[in-house]
Amino acid sequence: MTNDSLISIHDLKVYFRSNSEHARAVDGVSFEVRREETICLVGESGCGKTVSALSILGLIPTPPGEIAGGQILFADQNLLELNEADMQKIRGNHIAMVFQEPLTSLNPVFTIGDQIGEAISIHKKLEAEAVRENCIQLLTDVGISSPAQRLKDYPHQLSGGQRQRVMIAMALACDPDLIIADEPTTALDVTVQAQILQLFRSIQKIRSMSVLYITHDLGVVANIADRVYVMYAGIITEHGNTAQIFHDARHPYTQGLLASLPSRSKRGTRLHSIPGAVPNPAHKPGGCPFHPRCPYAIPTCSKEYPQMCDYGQGHLARCPVLFEGGG
Amino acid sequence: MESVRRQNHIILGVQSLKKYFSIRRGFFQRVAGWVKAVDGVSFEIEQGKTLGLVGESGCGKTTVARLILKLLEPDEGKIIFQGSDISEFTEKDMKPHRKEIQIVFQDPFGSLNPRMTIGLSIEEGLRILGIKSGRSRKERLEKLLKMVGMSPDSADRYPHEFSGGQRQRICIARALSVDPSLVICDEPISALDVSIQAQIINLLKDLQDRLGLSYLFISHDLNVVGYLCNTIYVMYKGQIMESAPAEELFENPCHPYTMSLLSAILDPEPGKRQKMKLLEPDLSDSLITSAGCNFQGRCPIEEPRCRKEEISFEKVGEKHIVRCWKVAEK
Repeated sequence: MTNDSLISIHDLKVYFRSNSEHARAVDGVSFEVRREETICLVGESGCGKTVSALSILGLIPTPPGEIAGGQILFADQNLLELNEADMQKIRGNHIAMVFQEPLTSLNPVFTIGDQIGEAISIHKKLEAEAVRENCIQLLTDVGISSPAQRLKDYPHQLSGGQRQRVMIAMALACDPDLIIADEPTTALDVTVQAQILQLFRSIQKIRSMSVLYITHDLGVVANIADRVYVMYAGIITEHGNTAQIFHDARHPYTQGLLASLPSRSKRGTRLHSIPGAVPNPAHKPGGCPFHPRCPYAIPTCSKEYPQMCDYGQGHLARCPVLFEGGG
Repeated sequence: MESVRRQNHIILGVQSLKKYFSIRRGFFQRVAGWVKAVDGVSFEIEQGKTLGLVGESGCGKTTVARLILKLLEPDEGKIIFQGSDISEFTEKDMKPHRKEIQIVFQDPFGSLNPRMTIGLSIEEGLRILGIKSGRSRKERLEKLLKMVGMSPDSADRYPHEFSGGQRQRICIARALSVDPSLVICDEPISALDVSIQAQIINLLKDLQDRLGLSYLFISHDLNVVGYLCNTIYVMYKGQIMESAPAEELFENPCHPYTMSLLSAILDPEPGKRQKMKLLEPDLSDSLITSAGCNFQGRCPIEEPRCRKEEISFEKVGEKHIVRCWKVAEK
């Protein structure tokens, strides 16, 4: 752990129990976010990326969820040990979240002004007029035109992109150290997505915040991330800076994902595809969870849990087979 | 099924297709305005080829699909399918043609009946159209499942037992069950996991090669469209803004809207962070269009003339047309 680390997660385990099933959604995940950087958690649905993010904010419903182990260190305290009142002081104030679907995360019966104002007044004691001015400033910062009028609007009066900008304004309300963005552009059009990504880049720079960006879209990752953690079936399979991941991927899963991206330059050729499907978190294969889909799998892969292999300069991949084979 | 079909034969031609929806307001539900969901769209799909229809949500792509399937009645325009104008057909006239045009929807979780086994879902089309008897239907079912890469014993299982990618395979098998010549794919991969998307794209391509299918591929993902389609039509607020063969469109985009769409493509290439031609956010009432070019208000090269005149197509290349008069000036 380096000195400029803002938040670090150690060996986090989050399990979900239902009737007879026992899903190890997050199974020993470690990562850190440093100050003023954007990191991406990449993975497919069910790989545990959202669950990891929700556990940072203490938003895992228990039961059925259960934090089975690990530490989340933020400002010298373990967030997993805080009570609800202390957690409330961190949530929104120091760590804020932007969700995927802005229409369902905004309350339809309150105006935009009410909702951003609420985020401010929970954490700060301010006069109503000051709150209003604050809201206008925030909406201006996230690029919403005529913000004073927009304050009186209800969510349904805004477009998808504007709603997501409002969500970001709410997250920025208390000037947090870390913003967790969970697939914030997945529900948006490509042109709007490009605008929102640019907004994230600029606010991250201006406010010197850290951003933990969760996505399954490798195009987004290449455009926004400083460092990347690739997740598969509840574990981190590879970690590196953006260039290491995209130009020198060392885990078969990352390699497969990159090779399977369609693009104009691959016209006429057959796309590489990873066989099989993402495993159900309740019935994960033993050993390396990727082994049934892996082209390099050897018999030990189904028995032994793979260790992280160090490729130097912070580049780690959880695949001993490729590591011993000389990469 | 494996009949050889002639090349360069136009399987579907759509001519000045229009569909307006009324907006009703007030106590008496008076018509307060019209949404021009599809406003004079024309295109042709060649046999065995893939036509890509791209645009942002709400631009009318899916309405075009529904009009071709006759799930909606067009207000104006012609839909020439294999030589006959189906836009005038009644439900009864349409029935024998139904099997020729099939659709694969975006969401494989919402488009399979959870109470029907996979086998029943796939067979339903054959049963309704009275194609084939009981025993030969069973054989056909097995063949279809194999064709889309599923094991034949999945026929007796229910949709919830399958993953998203498998369900989309089932939906494709269902569409192919009646041996169509045109398949409309309405965002068929956008609800799927990244590692599964390539499988489905490959499957669609293999089936096209094997069966000579024609596709109308509706998508907002320009990477996929650029990979898969022969011709691309760019749609904005109910109108085609530009159309060209795929490579030509990417190499030489002429409409300012196409340029901004292309610049919003995220290249999975770090260090090459895209220089986006960011569009002004659309602040107008996006549904109701006024006189002149539909792209007014967001266009970086707009001039007063754009708000006055109807803009017609300019020809840029042999098969490349652009709805922007400024192109001719360049």
